[in-house]
Amino acid sequence: MKRLKQYSFLSVSLLGVAIFYLIPFGGLIYYSLVDNPVRGSFAGLDNYIAILHNQAFLKALKNTVLFSALSVPLAVGLSLLMALALEENIPGRSLFRTIFLSPLMVPSASVMLVWQVLFCYNGTINRFLAHLGHGKTDFLKSDYGLLVVLLLFLWKNLGYYMIIYMAALNEIPGELLEAARMDGGSGFQSFWYIKLPYLSPSILFVGLMAIVGSFKIFKEVYLLAGAHPNDTMYLLQHFMNNTFLAFDYQKLATAAVLMCIGLTLIISLLFFLENRVGRNLEG
Amino acid sequence: MKRIKGKKKKRNFIQKAVLFLIVALFATSFAMPILLTITNSFMKEEEVLIHYGNVYGSYGYGQGDGYVSKEADLKLIPDMVSIKQYETVLLLSPEYLLKFWNSVILTVPIVLFQIAVSLGAAYGFTRIRNKKGEILFFIYTLLMLLPFQVTLVPNYLVSGKLGILNTYWSIILPGIFSTFSTYLLTKFMRRIPVSLIEAARLDGAGEWSVFTKICIPLCKSAIVSVAILLFIDYWSMVEQPLIMLSEEAAYPLSVYLSTINQGEITLAFAVAVIYMVPAIFVILYGEDYLIDGISCYGGTK
Repeated sequence: MKRLKQYSFLSVSLLGVAIFYLIPFGGLIYYSLVDNPVRGSFAGLDNYIAILHNQAFLKALKNTVLFSALSVPLAVGLSLLMALALEENIPGRSLFRTIFLSPLMVPSASVMLVWQVLFCYNGTINRFLAHLGHGKTDFLKSDYGLLVVLLLFLWKNLGYYMIIYMAALNEIPGELLEAARMDGGSGFQSFWYIKLPYLSPSILFVGLMAIVGSFKIFKEVYLLAGAHPNDTMYLLQHFMNNTFLAFDYQKLATAAVLMCIGLTLIISLLFFLENRVGRNLEG
Repeated sequence: MKRIKGKKKKRNFIQKAVLFLIVALFATSFAMPILLTITNSFMKEEEVLIHYGNVYGSYGYGQGDGYVSKEADLKLIPDMVSIKQYETVLLLSPEYLLKFWNSVILTVPIVLFQIAVSLGAAYGFTRIRNKKGEILFFIYTLLMLLPFQVTLVPNYLVSGKLGILNTYWSIILPGIFSTFSTYLLTKFMRRIPVSLIEAARLDGAGEWSVFTKICIPLCKSAIVSVAILLFIDYWSMVEQPLIMLSEEAAYPLSVYLSTINQGEITLAFAVAVIYMVPAIFVILYGEDYLIDGISCYGGTK
């Protein structure tokens, strides 16, 4: 009886999650295993084999993985440096914190014009490069497109990750750092032997958030370069959108199921690691 | 001894100064895109055209219709400050305000109802701490972390079955049941000492009154944090309208801004700033709540 009442608090949410997420996901698995959306017959793994040979899917997957591989380590490292810098007693700390956070709050679409002016063919960066004797590059339409997106990603998210680190740094007992200083430990030593172990669960968490975030970068790419960007910026979401437009349910479902499996594995692994690291710390 | 200390102090000072300079430089470049958008919105329309008329064309655009600089170079301070852009946007072009309104009626119900639904769910997860509850909570966490590429497909299928595609319901309903705020509110609510809840139960309070009289009041600031994070997220939505809506007139400001073309570039900055206004309010008044929310989100305990 008591349990029943407690579950009833969950019921509205559970119902909605089931209707909009869990049950249709079952439908997706079904679609991914049949050869035809209308009264299809079981096709085994045919759809999966087909999509793993689909050029567009492979390109999108490659670009997405490449983007994650570039952006995640940079995001994890740079935001940690920023958090450590703001931990030092420098003037204007809270102002800097606000500034670093502001890109997160401001919608990407509203600053996109500035980014376009910066990186377009006749834009500021090209002018600057011309001064240095370089030729002009149309960044958004060239292979450098992904780099522009990388900058945008870092600009948008570093402040967010920095706050997560700052919260973790706050939890380190002050006496510990004080004792290290008294014993003549250098700044680097107190970082390496005290702060880093305390921070390691957060580093994993930021890593997780950065991976998830790097999959969400489609929004910015779309705003920057539209629905049909340069090849290097063609991401998984572009593939999905195009498949949506073509009403190709098999392909769509198969891609979604594959991505879900892949991400679930990554997320579970990171959670597992985070738990392990957290427990080690507590002794 | 004293001299060593003095030397150390001096070195410390130099280190701090260098650090300050680096951070300041970094911060300046962070602030620039936002600052530039705001200052350029006070440019006369003609001046915008002169400076940025050439952004979308690769080669000399606009010979013949007035002077357009061949290069597009960002300008921090306009030559002549004017509110002409805002006048045009606010008084003469109702379509922009309509898009703003589209953004509002998509975002506000999602934020309000997602929090309402999630408060109940968070209470459930706070009280049910057995294996079943934890597995369910992990599924919720997973759903929160999966990107739109994955979750929009099921949303789309159901919306098709329910016949709500091309209406705002197809964005609002999945939004309400998105699990982000459940995750965060559960984390906040689990900080409330179990003894407090148990004591209230022993005193004869029912689950409902524990929920409304203890948990919700104690989570007030958490609710504000979550609301801010949700608002930021949904205010700038792009993926959902692209998939769910086929009529461009129904698009929110975020998608519309990205399709602003050559002809409208003179107004783009002012529209962008109007779109930013809620975010600016958050920066001014809600930063502490926001930081609280993010810290709790990232809290590994």
